[in-house]
Amino acid sequence: MNDFDFGVIIRSLPFLWQGMQYSFQLMGVAIVGGVLLGTLLALARLSSIRPLALAAGAYVNLMRSIPLVLVIFWFFFMVPLVLQWVTKASAPVAVGPAMSAYITFILFEAAYFCEIVRAGIQSVPKGQVHAARALGLSYSQSMRFVILPRAFRNVTPVLVTQVIVLFQDTSLVYVISVTDFLGAASKVAQRDHRLVEMYLFAGSVYLVICYCGSLLVQHLQKKNNALFAH
Amino acid sequence: MDYIWNWGIYWEPVAAGGGYYWQMLLRGLAWTVATALCAWVIAVALGLLVGTARTLNSIWFRAPAYVYTELFRNVPLLVQMFFWFFVLPELVPSNLGHWLKRELPMPSFWTAVVALAPYTSARTAEQVRSGLMALPKGQWNAARALGMSTWQMYRLVLIPQALRVMIPPMTSDFMGVFKNSSVALAIGLVELTAAAQQMNEYTFQGFETFAAATCLYVGVAMSVNRLMSWIEKKTAVPGLIAGGGR
Repeated sequence: MNDFDFGVIIRSLPFLWQGMQYSFQLMGVAIVGGVLLGTLLALARLSSIRPLALAAGAYVNLMRSIPLVLVIFWFFFMVPLVLQWVTKASAPVAVGPAMSAYITFILFEAAYFCEIVRAGIQSVPKGQVHAARALGLSYSQSMRFVILPRAFRNVTPVLVTQVIVLFQDTSLVYVISVTDFLGAASKVAQRDHRLVEMYLFAGSVYLVICYCGSLLVQHLQKKNNALFAH
Repeated sequence: MDYIWNWGIYWEPVAAGGGYYWQMLLRGLAWTVATALCAWVIAVALGLLVGTARTLNSIWFRAPAYVYTELFRNVPLLVQMFFWFFVLPELVPSNLGHWLKRELPMPSFWTAVVALAPYTSARTAEQVRSGLMALPKGQWNAARALGMSTWQMYRLVLIPQALRVMIPPMTSDFMGVFKNSSVALAIGLVELTAAAQQMNEYTFQGFETFAAATCLYVGVAMSVNRLMSWIEKKTAVPGLIAGGGR
């Protein structure tokens, strides 16, 4: 093997940082959008209105049984056509891969967040629900002030674990040639023929970030165990 | 310019030659299933070893097992695929590297299996560990009181019980390995997602193409689900919560 060249990493740091910023943005948008939509889906799945519960369940199960790469391709192809139809434009609306990735990740991750939030809601003791209703709180009040805050606290470790998975998933936008962190590393690797250095560096950066997340999960689990030990 | 539907597209011959589009998709599915099954068998074996090692008393087993799980869990699968495919041949002695790059048969397939197995096993190991930890302490003590060695205790008492508890969480890992095999398209394996993407590029019939791929993946997920709940029922021990629970 040819000699290890750290210089190529140093030289490309600004470019890699740009890629990392996109990765973080994609993660942020997916967390905010995914948790919001996921919570709505969870409420729909637990709703007493049958068709609503069934539709939400079907959506979640469908999303969870197909690979993210396929979903990325689906939306990359479909979003321009749907926008054309919505805006009554004469041709498919060009949105670009970076934009369609945002939509993909919100809709895909929402299915996973939904199941986590649903487990959280179901972990709240029935007595809390009854007590809230007995105090005269409406459905939305009891959800907002009593059940959801507790539900989220119960599942925080699982939520953070899902965020780590989500952050790793952002690297898959590589398949539609978006320049995220891995995309940037891969472009430099191919341009300078420095695959070993760039991929080892990219792997290490992901490892450090995700391992910190993993430590946070372990800490949260201990805290939750202590909280609910009695 | 509106989208032109053509649901007959599956029965048209592939633009680049080599059969019909439905054959192209089914060939992709076959690669997906082959990759996932090979990786899963290795992953379960590795996961059992590493997960068990994490519950042992000796730090010489526990520490490497911890490093193994954190390492393979915290690097994205795509980066791991690139590592095995592009980086490893450069790091090993040049004869072996040359063999990996030039002579290994079906390089994308074997690399995908080799990458998927440890990635999946890191998750399986966590399930094994929590399955073992969930067993009552009395099981450990009873096995010891009967004079069993550590090997006997794990093989005869702990692992058989833990495996039963683990079936539901392992179902989702098993489905995951089928879904994750799609990442191998980045190293050139034409599995189901890659086949669908190629078909879309040849035909521009994205809806029909991706709908077919989606249905095939849903079919795989449902089969896995059925298989695992069948195994769960078959292996259930009457009277235990782990034994069915319904």
